Amino acid sequence: MSQLWADISDLAFEAALAAYIVALVCYAIELASRRAVNPAEAMAGGRATLVRAGGSGSIDPGVIGRVESAPVAPWGVRFGRAAVVVTVIGAAANVISIVTRGLAVGRLPLANMYEFVSMICAAAVITWLIVLARTGARTLGTFVLTPVVILAVVAGTKLYVPAAPVVPALNSYWKWIHVTTIAISSSILLVSGAASVGYLLRARLERSGRLATKDAQPVAAGGVGGDQASPVRSRSMLSVLPSMVTLDRIAYRTAIVGFPIFTFAVIAGAMWAEVAWGRYWGWDPKETCAFVTWVFYAAYLHARSTAGWRGKRAAWICVLGFVSMIFNLFFINMVVSGLHSYAGLN
Amino acid sequence: MTHAPTRPAPAPEPAPPTRPGLIRSVLAFLRNVWRQLTSMRTALILLFLLAVASLPGALLPQWSLNTSKTAQYIADHPTIGPWLDRLGFFEVFGSPWYAAIYLLLFTSLVGCLIPRLWEFLGQLRAQPVATPRNLGRLPHHDRREVAGSVDEVADRITAGLRGWRLARRVEERPGGAAPAVTLSAEKGFVRELGNLIFHFSLLGLLVAIAVGKMVGYEGSIIVNVGSQFCSTSPASYDNFRAGLLVDGTQLSPFCLDVRSFDAEYTPAGQATSFVAEVGSQAGSQAGTDAWDPATLQVNDPLRLDGERVYLIGHGYTPHFQVSFPDGTVRDYAQPFAPTPNDPNFTSEGAVKILDPPGVTGDDVRKHQLAIVGIFAPTVFLHGGIMTSSYPAANNPGVAVDVYRGDLGMEGGRSQSVFSIDTNQVDKGALVKQARSNLMPGESITLDDGTVITFTGYNEWVSLQTSFDPAQGWALVFAVTLLIGLMISLVIKRRRVWFRLTPPPAGGDAHPVRADRTVVEVGGLARTDQAGYGEEFDGLAALADQPVVNR
Repeated sequence: MSQLWADISDLAFEAALAAYIVALVCYAIELASRRAVNPAEAMAGGRATLVRAGGSGSIDPGVIGRVESAPVAPWGVRFGRAAVVVTVIGAAANVISIVTRGLAVGRLPLANMYEFVSMICAAAVITWLIVLARTGARTLGTFVLTPVVILAVVAGTKLYVPAAPVVPALNSYWKWIHVTTIAISSSILLVSGAASVGYLLRARLERSGRLATKDAQPVAAGGVGGDQASPVRSRSMLSVLPSMVTLDRIAYRTAIVGFPIFTFAVIAGAMWAEVAWGRYWGWDPKETCAFVTWVFYAAYLHARSTAGWRGKRAAWICVLGFVSMIFNLFFINMVVSGLHSYAGLN
Repeated sequence: MTHAPTRPAPAPEPAPPTRPGLIRSVLAFLRNVWRQLTSMRTALILLFLLAVASLPGALLPQWSLNTSKTAQYIADHPTIGPWLDRLGFFEVFGSPWYAAIYLLLFTSLVGCLIPRLWEFLGQLRAQPVATPRNLGRLPHHDRREVAGSVDEVADRITAGLRGWRLARRVEERPGGAAPAVTLSAEKGFVRELGNLIFHFSLLGLLVAIAVGKMVGYEGSIIVNVGSQFCSTSPASYDNFRAGLLVDGTQLSPFCLDVRSFDAEYTPAGQATSFVAEVGSQAGSQAGTDAWDPATLQVNDPLRLDGERVYLIGHGYTPHFQVSFPDGTVRDYAQPFAPTPNDPNFTSEGAVKILDPPGVTGDDVRKHQLAIVGIFAPTVFLHGGIMTSSYPAANNPGVAVDVYRGDLGMEGGRSQSVFSIDTNQVDKGALVKQARSNLMPGESITLDDGTVITFTGYNEWVSLQTSFDPAQGWALVFAVTLLIGLMISLVIKRRRVWFRLTPPPAGGDAHPVRADRTVVEVGGLARTDQAGYGEEFDGLAALADQPVVNR
């Protein structure tokens, strides 16, 4: 019976991986099609304005609900919508994979790197879908799905281990508290990092003058304006990205959710370390790297409220935090040997 | 956390006195340094430095974590290794430069927090700030004309602003016009409170960690199952890491009697549980026959008065019986160390016989014996090489070399208990006599008639004693830190002002109407401006409808 669940879990994971790859391709096609308007703004305005690439780009404010363009959505947008559908399917398959794995092993499926990374993928994609539902920033999908696909591929190929019980060192309820919260916070911060990468690319594009928009002010400008539809005049595929204001807001909103969870996860880890290793903090490589990540995100939140550090600098710090988290996730477990190295690899 | 009020920029230098005294200029310099240090920019840079400076601690081996690996690293990198060692890169978290960064950071923090604390306490008593003259300049602005007299509308809005700090003022207007009523409201004070709690918790956490490092200690010891161990002084431990203020005389003694150890494994050899049954004596019990039974498990330490005892590891102790040429028979039992990364517990070790019977004087150092080799709980022979194929002792055996000669223990150099000094072998002072694989009961006979028999094994557990009286405080501050952080991220600071005036009179034909009011609304988000828009619209609409359901 448990072998059946394990097989279903493996199948579901493969399905999720395939769906993520398809979704990534669809998001990328939308991004590359260059013809789509920024969906965030188009949806915010309730109209399907089609701006021709290289056109004048002036948008009549229009009447709410009035459709100005042909009723058929352009190819890019259609791929974007397909990407969302496939993402939902992938997330569902991923969740099924996690649940059946749990049934197969009779415990929470978070005892090795494969299960951990699978959980991060699912949580990141679900976070992304929530962000998408609230902001409509669909073209950011490429930036979120890219790390997710990489993680899922690594999990499926390099990290995969068959379902098995846990070693005694991991047999503690602290494990579930610590690892679950680490996985959830990591995935939320992954979305934050993706938004910051998008922000930096967009900022570069706008600075280079290839995109004539007026809404390039970071959110610090006082909150007015927000997502005014920006006429897109550029042929760069980055021009379909959400506005900098939107990207900054996504990065911040996800960070202020992810950061306290991450803080809690580190504290829970310290309490577990007190129970398991005799001290709550010992500068084990994993602990050190978690501390570095924590400091980066603390710096990000401070930078965002410091004159002269908002906008690009803050976004860079957020990206650094994301990089150090991924580094912690893989490099520390695979290359540096420490107390955390039992997590499935030696 | 996220919102730090913009700290005052360094004030312009006061007009210098005609002849600045030395003291004065020194003071000015210090004041400037202090301002620089406590500025947010400096704090951010210090945060970065802290992160970057921590990285070597994760990437390079550390003395405190793994002595042998660190020594190996230095040996492998003969050029930069010693320099990195001198600069403290193998002891990052105890190095002066690391301490400099975090002490500067915390000084900066204190310098920023104290003024903010006073400011916060002052604000608690202060009225909401007066309504700005020109509300149209605020980021959020609205103007509408509603039904009702000025006072009625003011009451209506006040009722809708429950939970806000509110001040209602009457504003005289020039030219003898009817006075206006202004409402200033603000909320989100708790955010700054959360902010302060977070940052003071960080300070408290640092103090708790420091106190723990000062007065705490850690000791580890390998105890054979069936033996006892008493913690009376640092010397009773194999390894003892003392805090700066610990000299070892203040240990509160306790004793442990390790009665049994059980490990369970899956058929594939993966461990599923480790359980040690122990008896413990603490305080006045020590030295008596009263033992408190306890179960030690991984993730389940034994908590005595202040000390905690952990089950850290386990391994095997092979037993040998040696009958010497003079007829003396002795038993030896020596813990062997599991090979790193071998789940099947192939273990290495050495039995050192320093005082062979029947010889005296300088002859002793010619007849010392060493039984060096591996112990395999489940023997697997492959081309004569013995390894273990399963972690439980299903079919134990040893593969040993026997050496005779001078073990070199008098040289003053400390030796590992798990190996012999191979320099002695290279020098020819220690000569290999025999090599053999032994199953229980089997023996080796040396040329001088010494017979070495492998008689069996038992298990050992490695225990760790930890003492940190400040760790409870560290937890308290970690919890308040998290609470403060969440408050400071969730609560939003908002300000809104209303100015209520009667509609302008259009000459004698249109006298001031008492039943209409012009409402001007201005809003300012002190933090996280995003999202105030809709909220502000709701606030502006408070003036519109009479509040229902009252």
